[in-house]
Amino acid sequence: MATPVLDKADAAGQPEPGFADSPYITVTFRVRRFNPEVSAESVWEDFQLEIDPKERVLDALHKIKWDLDGTLTFRRSCAHGICGSDAMRINGKNRLACKTLIKDINPEKPITVEAIKGLTVLKDLVVDMEPFFQAYRDVMPFLITKDTNEPTRERLQSAEDRARFDDTTKCILCAACTSSCPVFWNDGQYFGPAAIVNAHRFIFDSRDEAGEQRLEILNDKDGVWRCRTTFNCTDACPRGIEVTKAIAEVKRALITRRF
Amino acid sequence: MSTTESPASGIGPVEGASVYTVDNPAPFIEAPRKRTKKTPKSTRGNFEMYGWLFMRLSGIVLVVLVIGHLLIQLVLDGGVSKVGFAFVAGRWASPWWQVWDLLMLWLAMLHGCNGLRTVINDYAERANTRLWLKGLLYTATVWTILLGTLVIFTFDPNIR
Repeated sequence: MATPVLDKADAAGQPEPGFADSPYITVTFRVRRFNPEVSAESVWEDFQLEIDPKERVLDALHKIKWDLDGTLTFRRSCAHGICGSDAMRINGKNRLACKTLIKDINPEKPITVEAIKGLTVLKDLVVDMEPFFQAYRDVMPFLITKDTNEPTRERLQSAEDRARFDDTTKCILCAACTSSCPVFWNDGQYFGPAAIVNAHRFIFDSRDEAGEQRLEILNDKDGVWRCRTTFNCTDACPRGIEVTKAIAEVKRALITRRF
Repeated sequence: MSTTESPASGIGPVEGASVYTVDNPAPFIEAPRKRTKKTPKSTRGNFEMYGWLFMRLSGIVLVVLVIGHLLIQLVLDGGVSKVGFAFVAGRWASPWWQVWDLLMLWLAMLHGCNGLRTVINDYAERANTRLWLKGLLYTATVWTILLGTLVIFTFDPNIR
């Protein structure tokens, strides 16, 4: 009943360049660096790594930060696609670095990594999220009811009523959708897809009673009518939310409210 | 004041060494037209909704009007060669074609004007640029609509 002994070389998992079965490949990561304390311009910097293509882009960024260049700055928290901290533009498309496998984005060519667009870059891959969260706060993303008394029991809801807004409950506020929207790039006054998705989540919730107020907020000059249905947001959403559809539903609710 | 031994201004950083210190931080670059607590100002109106609806509805009507217009003018009954003063005079003798052309003029001009307005809103970055471009657009639209309407209503087939 001896415990099996693993080959030490296997267990260590170190890259073995000469070894035919090595899972490691050489990948170039082209990261857009920006440090306002050094230069007002951003520069592309290449990092070559020996890495398993089944690892994620976030693992590569960790490797760069921990082994090659400690000054590389990026956000990440849970590293498993839930906290929404590490949305970035990878090969020109907004994705979560922690949900993107290197093998899925053609590692033969240099992989470009840059900050999401439309928000002020503070350093490297870190942007100022404040305008994004301001738009989020502006749609009042919390349950509002008319009765001022504390409820004595759970607010019940049928399965159908819950399903009505199920898709938009999945939002993790990573800003991948809003920062992929060309209208938002050019005019940060637009609410942006993420704020509308989170308004949708309460507008269509049968327990909420402030849908009318939220609709009125989104009916404004910089509300849903600025959406050009380019579907960038739907493509960018790492949670697979049908963002453009949610925006269209808010538009429809605004029109049917009038006519 | 400054205790650092930095040389006179105009000499840039060397090898990534920062010219900024804790006491002399780098300037913060503000994004243009950023959303803040005070912007955008709420306007409380339905103009954008009606604009959006108008684009869809006028678009549907324009498909019929414009394709019909092109068929009559360019394809049917001898094509473009038949179009002349007499042809136009004959058509505008009937109120049906007067209304058709008037509707087409108004809808196409307003549809195009509203479309360009959204393009200007989306792409013009400075408030002043927006103001001037939209001013130009509205002037051109009103002028064209007025002139066109005048021609349709005051057309005189016996002009010499």
